[in-house]
Amino acid sequence: MGLTEQQIERYSRQIILKEVGGPGQEKLLASKVLIVGAGGLGSPAALYLAAAGLGTIGIIDADRVDLTNLQRQIIHFSDDIGKEKVASAAEKIKAVNPDTAVETYLERATATNIRGIIKEYDFVLDGTDNFPAKFLINDACYFEKVPFSHAGILRFDGQMITVLPGRTACYRCVFDKPPPAGLVPSCSEAGVLGPLAGVIGCLQATEVLKYLLGVGELLTNRLLVFDALGLQFREVKVSRNPDCRICGQKPSITELADEEQAVCDLKASQ
Amino acid sequence: MKLVINGKDVETSGSQSVTELLKEQKVKWPDMVSVELNGQIIKRDSFSSTTLGEGDKVEFLYFMGGGRGAN
Repeated sequence: MGLTEQQIERYSRQIILKEVGGPGQEKLLASKVLIVGAGGLGSPAALYLAAAGLGTIGIIDADRVDLTNLQRQIIHFSDDIGKEKVASAAEKIKAVNPDTAVETYLERATATNIRGIIKEYDFVLDGTDNFPAKFLINDACYFEKVPFSHAGILRFDGQMITVLPGRTACYRCVFDKPPPAGLVPSCSEAGVLGPLAGVIGCLQATEVLKYLLGVGELLTNRLLVFDALGLQFREVKVSRNPDCRICGQKPSITELADEEQAVCDLKASQ
Repeated sequence: MKLVINGKDVETSGSQSVTELLKEQKVKWPDMVSVELNGQIIKRDSFSSTTLGEGDKVEFLYFMGGGRGAN
């Protein structure tokens, strides 16, 4: 493929890293990453991945930008309120880096559509805000054998893990199934610190680049837990669970299905 | 009894099950927690039959979505 002079200059600060170099940069420019959810986690991840020269970024999100999003979803600006999140994110990505192609999917990820979308990508970044979606991404990536970065944030805490489906511990190995809907506190009760989304979203982007470049140690078989108040990172070793419903020895999940919606969504629509 | 819970040394009231430990540690929504004991995830339906021993390493792993969770 070869890099243009302008590309060599644009990416010079990472091309100079011996783990990246010209060949690594060419790999990034040829890679496709899907970001599910253009929210708190997806925003910083999308911006950094675009800046790094990802070839294609796909973004799936059915929502529109809302005033309450702006406190943490930094890819969306005040003027974007009311706009489709995918359109708003695509504009910023193109503004950061015209080299990056953007594919937008103005839809909610469901058991019906997600496999067809993720199979086009090299890596999936879970930036969703609800449990059914997180389990759906885990399961779809397992069936399509696409690696992904899982992350969740809440108040002052965040956690993440990278999953190489069928090879390393998956989300279900640790969390089995979504929590009972009746016990889930409502979305607005909980809250989240904005920069926490930035910290975790940037770590997810770091994992994407490491995976695509084939460098370093991925966050596999260990759950990273971040406590912003104590400013502490902890690592919990996890392993593939023989009883896992999807990647265990006797899997009970043999085809993709949507998990029930948590009560939070029901409350919101009432 | 001494346990290591989420990396911290904790003195608990004595021999107890995972269910009792969750109660003693005042975990508000135990159904929103995955429990790892010495590196192995414990099945939820085994919480009451799994007894903890001196020095066990316990991890409470909380469900974290975006804006909702356990504690």
